[in-house]
Amino acid sequence: MDQFLNPFDYIYVPFGSWAERTLDWIVGHSRATLLTAKVPVQSFLEFVQGSLEAIPPLIGIIGMAVVGRLLEGWRLALTGVICLTLIGLMGAWQSAMTTLSIVIAAVTICVVVGLPIGILAARSDRFFRILRPILDLMQTIPSFVYLVPVVMLFGIGDTPGVIVTCFFAVSPLIRLTNLGIREVREDLVEAARAFGASEARTLFGTQLPLARPSILAGLNQTVLLSLSMAVVASMISVAGLGRIVLEGIGRLDFGSATVGGLGIVLTAITVDRYVQALGAARSRTRMGA
Amino acid sequence: MNDRSPEASSIECRNLWKIFGQRADEVLAAARDGKVSKDEALKKFGCVIGVADASFSVRRGEIFCIMGLSGSGKSTILRHVNRLIEPTAGSVHVGGQDVMSLSKRQLRALRARKIGMVFQHMALWPHKTISGNVAFGLEVQGVEKKACREAAEEALEKVGLRGWGHRYPDELSGGMQQRVGLARALAADPDILLMDEPFSALDPLIRRDLQDEFLTLSENARKTTLFITHDLDEAMRVGHRIAVMKDGRIDQIGSPEAIVLHPETDYVARFVGSISTLKYISASEIASAGEVAVDAPGIGPDATLPVLIRQLANGTDHLAVKDGDRLIGRIGRPEILAAVERDLERR
Repeated sequence: MDQFLNPFDYIYVPFGSWAERTLDWIVGHSRATLLTAKVPVQSFLEFVQGSLEAIPPLIGIIGMAVVGRLLEGWRLALTGVICLTLIGLMGAWQSAMTTLSIVIAAVTICVVVGLPIGILAARSDRFFRILRPILDLMQTIPSFVYLVPVVMLFGIGDTPGVIVTCFFAVSPLIRLTNLGIREVREDLVEAARAFGASEARTLFGTQLPLARPSILAGLNQTVLLSLSMAVVASMISVAGLGRIVLEGIGRLDFGSATVGGLGIVLTAITVDRYVQALGAARSRTRMGA
Repeated sequence: MNDRSPEASSIECRNLWKIFGQRADEVLAAARDGKVSKDEALKKFGCVIGVADASFSVRRGEIFCIMGLSGSGKSTILRHVNRLIEPTAGSVHVGGQDVMSLSKRQLRALRARKIGMVFQHMALWPHKTISGNVAFGLEVQGVEKKACREAAEEALEKVGLRGWGHRYPDELSGGMQQRVGLARALAADPDILLMDEPFSALDPLIRRDLQDEFLTLSENARKTTLFITHDLDEAMRVGHRIAVMKDGRIDQIGSPEAIVLHPETDYVARFVGSISTLKYISASEIASAGEVAVDAPGIGPDATLPVLIRQLANGTDHLAVKDGDRLIGRIGRPEILAAVERDLERR
């Protein structure tokens, strides 16, 4: 009787060991390929990191102020200056730059990969049907669960950190690119075709510009997710603000954990405001017609 | 491309079928034999019959109205002309050219240069200026920037919107937006205009203004026009000929007079039932074969009712309706009254 009421005491599916064996197999057979795939990501990250670290803090702050003024106005410039100055004063400048470069590298890769996938999804119902459960899965998996396979496949350090960040952060961009294109009024697209536009011209001249607000909303989410993942990724020995927090927790050093946490918040505020301003500025996109 | 012979710029559809759905071919075969109705096609095959065996031709310079209620397939037919929709069967010729035989490139050239389209909800691109909207067809064809701007300005002038080129669509009222829509269709000076319920979304007064303006424009430009509408009054005002559609089929094609006076099916009769025939009656329609006095004044067979009434109002007993020398019949007060009575009874 007992075996009917408590079936799991008797039946056990060794899913864990299957997963382990599958991963082992992948690692064993494609380690070389994976390491090659890592190389461009690594050199791109090093380029971004090198550039950001080469900028002296004062120049960086002035630069942010100018960009903020151009994008939106003095209010944005002031926000940028205050946040960056506070980060600098807390002694977290170097770490913030490291985190920022991981975020920039990850977001760039997300755009390069995610935008075409989103466009493709919008153009093919079949592709979207396959893609959708994958995106759902990617968004429901907690961030640190990604770490295990990535460490197995790519090792530890900043570059695997960028890769894991991409996996975690890319889905909203894909989703909202797809949605944005699909939501463009049907007759506006039809009108472009009716006046002799090619498919490419219809896409780049009509669909993408009209989907822009939605795509930028996706980009904003991707940026913020990247930032949160870049912090969590400190668990696989990624440098930056996350590491300060992690070390603080490990040593029960409340002060250093606070510095790291505050640094993350300030970076997030800056990045979020600037990306949003990027969306609001530039050419007008009024949706009414 | 310079061919201006009559067929060269007309539209001709032959036995056009459009069936939406996975099993279109099966439905087509069955429907051709008359075995499947619209409802059965949907129930049994999950297919929608959009257009069923439609044939018509639009002469050069003619305004051809397709009228029907929503879902009757009129917009679907329109979209076959520039091949925005691929037919399930049948042929479409534009300017003597089989649209289905064109390559993608040729098709784009046809759409950009030969055919202008106006949409029900204007469909102006909100991210482009008015000028950018109007010149789009030319830009797409690689016409140089300056020429584009000039053509846009010229087209805007035609619709009374000179100097609005640098504005954006949402700065304009609905009526003005549709003028821009019209200007966009005219900018490349195409031979053919496709108008998909262009004035339906406008207020009644503005609609009337735009209809008048369109008629004046089209009088001057003599564009072959396929005009879709669900509004009978509009069709009567605008169309040289009218096709009445029901459930994807064309019930009747004829002049406005013919449609009103001689509906061929019950459906058309019901459709035109609300329209008074009095405006369309001609002398030959109501003349009776009675005796004609020698001194009765003569009148042509096309004389309209108001003319007849005026002639009879001055005490003349009756008129002799003559086609040249041939006597058709007489019209007196009884004939006029009978015509009015018949019209009243229709409703």
